Amino acid sequence: MIKLNVNGKPHQLDVAPDTPLLWALRDTLQMTGTKYGCGQALCGACTVHVDGTPMRACTTPVSAVVGRKITTIEAIDANHVGKVVQEAWRKLDVVQCGYCQSGQIMSAVALLSQNRKPSDADIDDAMSGNLCRCATYVRVRAAIHEAAKALA
Amino acid sequence: MSEIIIENLSRRRFLQGGAGLTLGFCLPVMAAAAAGKSGVTVAPSASFEPNAFLRIGADNSVTVMSKHLEMGQGTYTGLATILADELDADWAHVRVEGAAADAKRYNNTFWGPTQGTGGSTAMANSWDQMRKAGAAGRAMLVSAAAKRWKVSEADIVVRDSVVSHAASGRKASFGELALDAANETVPAEVKLKDPKDFRLIGKQAKRKDSAAKTNGTAQFTQDVFLSGMLVAVVAHPPLFGATVKSFDATKAKAIKGVVDVVQIPQGVAVLATDTWSAKKGRDALAVTWDESKAFKLGSDEILARYKEMARKPGLIAKQTGDADKAFAGAAKVVSAAFDFPYLAHAAMEPMNCVVHLKADGCELWNGEQFQTVDQGRVAALFNLKPEQVKINMLYAGGSFGRRASTQSDYVMEAAHIVKAINGKAPVKLVWLREDDMRAGYYRPLFHHALEAALDGDGKLVGWRHRLVGQSIMAGSPFESMMIKDGVDHVSVEGASNLPYAIPNLTVDLHTPTDIPVPVLWWRSVGSSHTAYSTEVFLDQVAAAMGKDPVALRLELLGAHPRHAGVLKLAAEKANWGTPLKAAAGERRGRGVAVHESFNSFVAQVAEVTIKKDGSIKVDRIICAVDCGTAINPDNIRSQVEGAVGFALSAALSGEITLNEGRVVQGNFDGYPLLRIGDMPAVEVHIVPSTSAPTGIGEPGVPPLAPAVANAIAAATGKFLHRMPFNTAELVA
Repeated sequence: MIKLNVNGKPHQLDVAPDTPLLWALRDTLQMTGTKYGCGQALCGACTVHVDGTPMRACTTPVSAVVGRKITTIEAIDANHVGKVVQEAWRKLDVVQCGYCQSGQIMSAVALLSQNRKPSDADIDDAMSGNLCRCATYVRVRAAIHEAAKALA
Repeated sequence: MSEIIIENLSRRRFLQGGAGLTLGFCLPVMAAAAAGKSGVTVAPSASFEPNAFLRIGADNSVTVMSKHLEMGQGTYTGLATILADELDADWAHVRVEGAAADAKRYNNTFWGPTQGTGGSTAMANSWDQMRKAGAAGRAMLVSAAAKRWKVSEADIVVRDSVVSHAASGRKASFGELALDAANETVPAEVKLKDPKDFRLIGKQAKRKDSAAKTNGTAQFTQDVFLSGMLVAVVAHPPLFGATVKSFDATKAKAIKGVVDVVQIPQGVAVLATDTWSAKKGRDALAVTWDESKAFKLGSDEILARYKEMARKPGLIAKQTGDADKAFAGAAKVVSAAFDFPYLAHAAMEPMNCVVHLKADGCELWNGEQFQTVDQGRVAALFNLKPEQVKINMLYAGGSFGRRASTQSDYVMEAAHIVKAINGKAPVKLVWLREDDMRAGYYRPLFHHALEAALDGDGKLVGWRHRLVGQSIMAGSPFESMMIKDGVDHVSVEGASNLPYAIPNLTVDLHTPTDIPVPVLWWRSVGSSHTAYSTEVFLDQVAAAMGKDPVALRLELLGAHPRHAGVLKLAAEKANWGTPLKAAAGERRGRGVAVHESFNSFVAQVAEVTIKKDGSIKVDRIICAVDCGTAINPDNIRSQVEGAVGFALSAALSGEITLNEGRVVQGNFDGYPLLRIGDMPAVEVHIVPSTSAPTGIGEPGVPPLAPAVANAIAAATGKFLHRMPFNTAELVA
């Protein structure tokens, strides 16, 4: 049994220790907001927070996150920055297909939690691991600035 | 006709088990048939089934049924905008549901009896249909209110889901009137709004899927879980045309969670209780492949063959005047050849499908782009009638054409797995990224050769354009419609309808039939390569003529005012002709391209910086768009911004390569997509128009790469003749 703390709740999972956190979240806990895109930490669709730091759940085995605080998109609105980021995303209608957007938002929240006034370069750095095939990048950048304004 | 409709409405209400009004209206042909049978009171036959787009609940909710897939392009919002405007609904109360797979009610009106999404047709084919559906609903609510209040319909006003009568001070919400309205006759004729009275169309209707797509609740196929469902991961052949010779599943079956291993026509499927176990099982399989009939050429060899073919004339796709004569008398001939690679769609959600075979039919869960085609094939496999295959419409995590598979490839793979286990469990087929990237169904590899003839006065008098590439339509359900005299329309679209006034023009095509690499439409289809070759070559011709690229285009676009309109607007907004400042050691240039696709017109001006090492940075793209009536201007901007990024990926790095038949790239390391740091600033200007709306999902793609290449040429003097760009050519 693997013990995980996800969004403040304890869970016991009967999965192999090498199971990526992504599939434990999705298939075992059926928390499907975190997405599979590449399986190799190349696209960022699976981004979650582990102790507040963005991590790619597809290459993080569950054994590595036992006892750590895991946060997913499903609970990001419990965090003030998370709520503000979601609101900015909705105000600017950032999403298109939406599949990568959980990951985009998780990376954006991590950035704004560390840096309340990111420059374009800061945004490009922090968001460079999150692919969007619809290329919503113009609005991702604008929404992060929008959220930064709201947080100021 | 009225009795028939009422019969239907009450039956539908019963079926839904909820109170409210479900509105349908007949297709014109059905309405005509019905009119001839007035007085018939029996339940109508299937052909009289109304076409339902709207449901108003007693709770005041307005539900719009979308016959089209939402894959990011904003269709759910757009369709609802049209209907809600004519209905005068409160946008906040409007929600959207994916419609059932039922070509009788939900066919794409541009595709005959076929339901599906593609070719940027969603708004264009639904415009009248959704307006009438909304207007008919409004008329029935008004009629119900007039009867209830005993007032004249003419004195009733509808606004924001409230029906009111000023003189008597009476008001009722849609929800309060829904049950009465359900008993009203569906009007045979409806009065549509004067466009000046639109309250949502052309305004800022917010996306309906933003909330669900920002909190993790949006449902994609990947997110479906059914009781007892197994997840399948498949070992696919390493070569196109290879088949399973034998396999040993001993190690795979020893993995915890693995339930079954079955051979299917597409490979060997490992079924497990969860995705990770299925993947481990798949990786533990030992499969011996029969490669005797497999395709083993590489991209270089394919291209070499195409270049050889291009030496001889192909089948004529378009002929104007006498090109041979024009070239024979030319004072100057300009020529260039262009190469385009295979491209993967690489939607963020790899292909997947859930199939559940039941006693009385089959149920699918899918981001479904091609309902009628997939439904028919799955039905045939299970020996069912198409209507016994129910498709649950989910959001698609991108598609760009991939989910409209001419061969229903991934859907049938899922169905074959279910068949192989005799339907003992519902199955979710999960393609890993590598499965998705190596499965084929690529934008075809193409070679183009162009020549232009200038006469003694320096005028452009002749144009020859030869294309070589696989046909997308051959073997597809659209073959008979789209291939005429051996010429696949989508191989030459954008080239055969070149808008420029050139008196002598020949466009011809070679279609190799011995390359079995599966090919498919990829966002903007033929225009994804023809816009590049025609627009870059025209700049090369302009350079040879000593003319400004915008001025030359405008000279040649006299018969095409909508092309000229977007071109002028983009040039003006980009301050075309003014100098661009470059930092020391850098070169900067501005380039333009204009292209029509799917009846929409887009011009783009690119501003590009080229560094000493040849690397390029696209700084800004100024776009002008004419897609008729702008239903949702913000969504048009959003689609064009996204199209710029999508097309720039292809220009900078998009390439699927075959090596001895094997697909080299498997994931985003080998097939890099544009990342945020390379995304240019994008400005989108929309030409005001009262024409019927046309598409915008694809038309923003074609002009981007040629505009960027023309900007590079303006800065360096070098025209790039292959995509993706070879920046080594640009080292200072």
